[in-house]
Order: sequence, then C-alpha cells, then structure tokens
Amino acid sequence: MSLVLTEDQESIRKMAREFVQRRMPTTHLRALRDGADALGYSPACWSELAGLGVAGMTFPEAVGGVGLGFAELGIVLEECGRTLAPTPIVSTVVLAGGAISLGGTDAQRARWLPGVCAGERVLALAHDEGTRHARHRVATRAEPVAGGFRITGEKSFVLDGHGADALVVAARVAGASADRAGIGLFIVPAGSPGLTVARTPLVDSRNAARVRLDGVVVPDDQVLGAPDGGAAVLDRVLDRGAIAVSAEMLGGALEAFERTVAYLKTRRQFGVLIGSFQALKHRAAQMFCEVELSRSIVLAALRALDDDGPDAALLAAAAKARTTDTFLRVAGEAIQMHGGIGVTDELDIGLFYKRARVAAMTLGDAAYQRDRYARLQGY
Amino acid sequence: MELLSGDDLEGFRAATRAWLEANCPAAMRTPARSADDDVWGGRAAVFPSDDARVWLERMGARGFTAPTWPREYGGAGLTAEQARVLDEELRSLGCRAALKSFGVWMLGPVLLQYGTEAQKLAFLPPTARGELRWCQGYSEPAAGSDLASLQTRAVLDGDAYVVDGQKVWTSHADKADWMFCLVRTDPAAPKHEGISFLLIDMRSPGVSTRPIRLISGASPFCEAFFDGVRVPAAQLVGRVNGGWAVAKALLEHERALISRMRDAAFGEDESLESIAKRYLGTVDGALADPVLRDRIAQASMDSLCNSLTLRRSAEGARSGRPPGAETSMFKLYGTELNKRRLELIVEIEGFRGVGVEGSEFSADELASTRAWLRSRANSIEGGSSEIQLNIIARRVLGLPE
Repeated sequence: MSLVLTEDQESIRKMAREFVQRRMPTTHLRALRDGADALGYSPACWSELAGLGVAGMTFPEAVGGVGLGFAELGIVLEECGRTLAPTPIVSTVVLAGGAISLGGTDAQRARWLPGVCAGERVLALAHDEGTRHARHRVATRAEPVAGGFRITGEKSFVLDGHGADALVVAARVAGASADRAGIGLFIVPAGSPGLTVARTPLVDSRNAARVRLDGVVVPDDQVLGAPDGGAAVLDRVLDRGAIAVSAEMLGGALEAFERTVAYLKTRRQFGVLIGSFQALKHRAAQMFCEVELSRSIVLAALRALDDDGPDAALLAAAAKARTTDTFLRVAGEAIQMHGGIGVTDELDIGLFYKRARVAAMTLGDAAYQRDRYARLQGY
Repeated sequence: MELLSGDDLEGFRAATRAWLEANCPAAMRTPARSADDDVWGGRAAVFPSDDARVWLERMGARGFTAPTWPREYGGAGLTAEQARVLDEELRSLGCRAALKSFGVWMLGPVLLQYGTEAQKLAFLPPTARGELRWCQGYSEPAAGSDLASLQTRAVLDGDAYVVDGQKVWTSHADKADWMFCLVRTDPAAPKHEGISFLLIDMRSPGVSTRPIRLISGASPFCEAFFDGVRVPAAQLVGRVNGGWAVAKALLEHERALISRMRDAAFGEDESLESIAKRYLGTVDGALADPVLRDRIAQASMDSLCNSLTLRRSAEGARSGRPPGAETSMFKLYGTELNKRRLELIVEIEGFRGVGVEGSEFSADELASTRAWLRSRANSIEGGSSEIQLNIIARRVLGLPE
C-alpha cells in the first residue's frame, strides 16, 4: 500500500486536526492536570470524538464500528499527539477492545464493543508487571475453579485502568513467568470482588493505574479464547499498541520540532536571530531528518496492520524504537534550544518532554524494541 | 514499436520482461564480482567480456540506458512509472547495469533542461549509447564545500573560451572523454553570478590529469589541469554567467544518485547480522555480543527507515510532488548510514577487519577494509554532510542566513 495519504485520509486528518485544536489544545491537558482530574481525560471530549467515528474506526460495522483501518486511526493519533490530547484510544480501542475483537466470542463482542464504539465504555489492558515492560512476563496466576478461574496477582502501568468499565487481564494458567505458552486473557468488570484499582499519577498527567487482583473469580464466559492460549491475541494487540503509541509520538515530536523551529526564527541574541547560528541550524536539520524517517516507519507499520502483513511485528518494533528515540531527542533539544523558558511550566515544551518519556516506556522502550527486533530477525 | 505504445502498465511490464529475457545474456544476470565488471563506456571503452559489450549495445539501441529521455535524444521515452517497472524487472531478473555513466545520471537531466537543441542532439544520443564517457569538473583545491568560490578562468577569445586552472576530486578524469566543468567567466561579479557551465573535450591541447591515492588505496579520483585550453563557445550550457543554476540542478541529481547507490548497496550486500553470526557466534539464538547486537539492530532499523523514506518520496513524486531539497536528506542520511554499516563490519571482524594484505585475510575481509576507508569520503563528496545540513536548514526549514 502506498505511503502517500489518499484524499479520504487527508479529510480525516483535517477533521481530526480541527477537532483536536479546537476542543483539546494543550490548555485542555493543563486544565485536567491542575484540576487533579480523576480520569486524566475528558469523557465529554471522548464522547464527541466517538461521535466523529474515532472510537469505532477500526471495528466492523456489525459491532457498531466504522470499518476503516489503522492507517486512519494513526492519523487521528498523530493529531492528538500534536496537542498532547489525552484520550482512551490506545487503552480502549487498540489494546483491550482489540483483544476482545480478536479473541472474543460473538457474545463477548456484542456485550462490550458497541459500547466502545459509542464512546460509552472505557476498557483497559492489565498486562505489565514489575517496572519495565516485558511481553510474556506474567506471574499473575489464574487457577481453575468450578465454572471459571480465580485470579491473583498485581499489575502496573495499566493505561486508563482507573475508571475503566472493565479490564482485560493477562494471567498465567500454566508455565513459568516469561513463557509464551500458558498465558490467558480474562475480562474483569470494574467492581468485581477482590479487584482494587489505584491511580498512579505520572509526569505526563495521564491515567495509569496499579491493579490488585486478590482471588478475583472470573466465570468461563469471560475468558477470551482458550484459557492458556492468550499469547497469540496478546502479541497482536501489543504490536498494534506499539504502533498506535508510535503514531501519537510522531505527532508530539513534529509539534515540538515545529514550535522549536518557529522559536529559532523569532528569538534574538547578540543582535541576531538565534536560528542563524550553525550550532543550532545543524541540530534542527538533523531533527528534521529524524522526524521524516520516523514518519515513514510509522506509515509502513500502520499499513502492515491493515494488510495483515507478516512483517507487522517487525515493523511494530522498529516503529516504536525509532519514534521513541526521535521524540526523546526532539523534546530534549526543544528544551535546550528554548533556553531558560524551556524549563518553565508556563511553556508547553516541558509537557512534550514529559509525555515523551512516559510514551517511551509505554509497551517497551527503544532498547526493549531493538532486542525484540533482533530476536524476530533471528539474531 | 509495440513495446512502447501500450499505455497499460502491466502490458508494458510483460513486454519489457520478455525483451529482457530475450536480450540479456545469461552471464549478465549474475552478480558483478567487483568494480572490474563495471562498464563505463567511452571512446576507449573497456569491456570485461563480449557479453558485457552486447548487453550495452542492445540496451543502448533500445534507449533503456536512459529510459526517461526522449527517443530523439537516445532515450526510450518512458514515463516515470514505466521506468520504475523497467527498473523492477531488471532487478527481478538480476541484470547487471549495462552502463555506468555520469553523463546519463548527472549531465543528461540538466542538458535536457538547459541545453540548446544542437547540444542535446550532439551529446545525448552518444552518451546514452555509452560512446561518450563524462567526468565532473566541480571541486578545486580552494573551492570544496565553498564550491562557488572556484577560480578556474574561462576568457572569451573570438569564438572560443580559453580555460586556465585546476580541478580536483574529478572521478575518472584520466579515463573520461569529456568533462562538464564549472568555470569563472566574470571575476568581478559576486561569486555565484560569474560562473558558467562548459563542456570540455579532454583531448583538447593543454588538458592533463593525475590520479589521487586515498587512505583506502587506489581511487577513481584525479586532479585535472587546464593550461590555455581552447573550448568552442558553442559548448557553453545555459546563460553566460548563469552556470550556478545549472550546477545546482546537477548537484540535486548527483545527491539523489549517491543516496540511491547507498540504498541499493544495502539491499545487495550481506546483512550485518549474517556477518555478525559468523564472527561473534550466538548464545540461545542471540548474537553473543549484546552491545554490538543492539547497534546492529539500530543500524538495520535506520536502513529500513531510509528505504521507506526513499519510497515515500518516489511515491510522492509520482503523485505530483517533485523532490527538492529533500534529496539533501537522502544524501546526508544515506552516506552516514553507509559509514556506520562499514564501521560496524570492521568492529565485528575485529583485527581481521583491519588487514591490508596477505593470506591471513580473506578477499571479503580485505574488501571490507578498503570499503570502510573509502566510505569516509561518502559524506564529503557531492557536498559534505555539513553542507547538506545547511541546505536543509535554509531551504526546508527556512532558518535565517
């Protein structure tokens, strides 16, 4: 598929940009942060975005979706990244919703996905344990009991876990931690006995949570697919999630870069515009290259998802590693080139820097992704 | 001919493939072993084999050595889409390049844009057929990155220019038939406004050349000296003192070329991980050295990103966005990638990567050592990486002077 956007895709960009710039500029994130909002995103804005077809974009019409693809959703995420707009797209649509769509029964899909598409239900994937992402490191146990499973364990860095209507929990039915085999996926509605969810405020002011499962009983009809065969679904949604986060990071990097170039053209020192200094020019030109290269890998990865290409996993690792390095570099340079004002809370640049670091850690940082990339290539 | 009349791209593909299968000698469908297999053409053309000669004759007669040039100038008159199909079919059959030519890659496109009808008819068809070999007279001892400060003088005397001066880093000047050359025709004008673009026959009295030896050993680079060389005024391309515009247009073609060559090299060469497996070994399926492994993965990803960006640019061009200053990005990034790749190979090979000669080292090891040293010039020739960054800063980002 072509790496150049179609006219329809350009229209989606226009729609998304118009909405995000009007309803969710960076002042929106600041208001949520300064008001210590419990969710870290605005349900009203999410409902409006859902009304524009964003929540159902990647789901089939049969469950209330729009039947478009990840190429289109990626455009929306990039625009959200430009204003750091917090939405439950990654948690609800890509990760948990994707898991139910890929691994669920018709009844499970019918129960959860129409609400997702309508923007009425928020879901979260409870997967990570410990401090750093590791794809198959699952110590949380799921023991068979009459009519279902009893889950015990602890999850961290659960995106939008606080306030979610249900969690998709990865728990081990068999095998040792880090084994790919033996992982199951279980739908756990909010309020289930033994479930506690606590928000863990992070520097990007979004919603992440610690989840404790203390003997939570999940009936058989809330198991996604075979109880010990969840890794196939998990792998696919984690690839999708890595690519979705990459698309958002691309938007963030682009915005931080453009704001910095604009500053180089207005800020004067020593009687001249600082953009005339070669020490800054060359670094700006290098950042331009990094952003362009990142755009290419993000576009290719999104298209691989839509084509169900065999290289989607490899492109996911490459996209996440590359956009992570780019966003961290651009956001860091953005602060440096803005000078003193760059480290003030008043300027938005610091918000991009903080988001870059949290997004970098989300679903595996650059070093993790390079390791995965090498392993996928057989070295 | 039927082959060129079909506007159906898949029809063109089938016809092209059939023609290539019928006309490309079997020996020309094997990978080139070394630079000795390259065919550069020219008056004193050297062919590594009869098959190479036949292959060039057939491709030249077909116009496929310069596929997008109009047919009256020796090309095949193909659209960009058709040329891409031709390229894909050549690759898929594993055909060697029939001709390597600075005339086709660099001079041709600007002659089509700036040349007179007489110049086009005189120079393009024999260039496309590989009968004229060209070299590029740009850099001078005191004009490297600051190319526009060049000093080689051309003074009009009757119907000819008299050229005096020196060029340097002129690839294959000792083997070329003609040079496209930048000369100063108005020493009083601002430096960019006193330059003209001149075509010089290297057999002219007063022209001499001397090869340059590099840190990697022998090289295609030469110095070229001009001592009272008379050049007919009709061989000036574009306006008198308007040569800088021609020079810049040509440099964009050169940068695109260099970045494409690097990209192709990545596709054809043995992968870094494959080399690393042989030298480093593996533990549980992973390369035994975790630090080199991480850097190899990074280089591989960066190479992938570069290829995808080239593809995106080409697709954008086909949908109406011509490539401009972004060729600077490809030149910059392609050459830096190549340097990184070759440095990694030397590191992976350890002391075997720094051998100069002798039976201790394999031919591949000695070749990679030379390629590594040669690659240091990649980010200098054709406009250094710093010049490319300047161009991106000014022309893409609009940063002030």
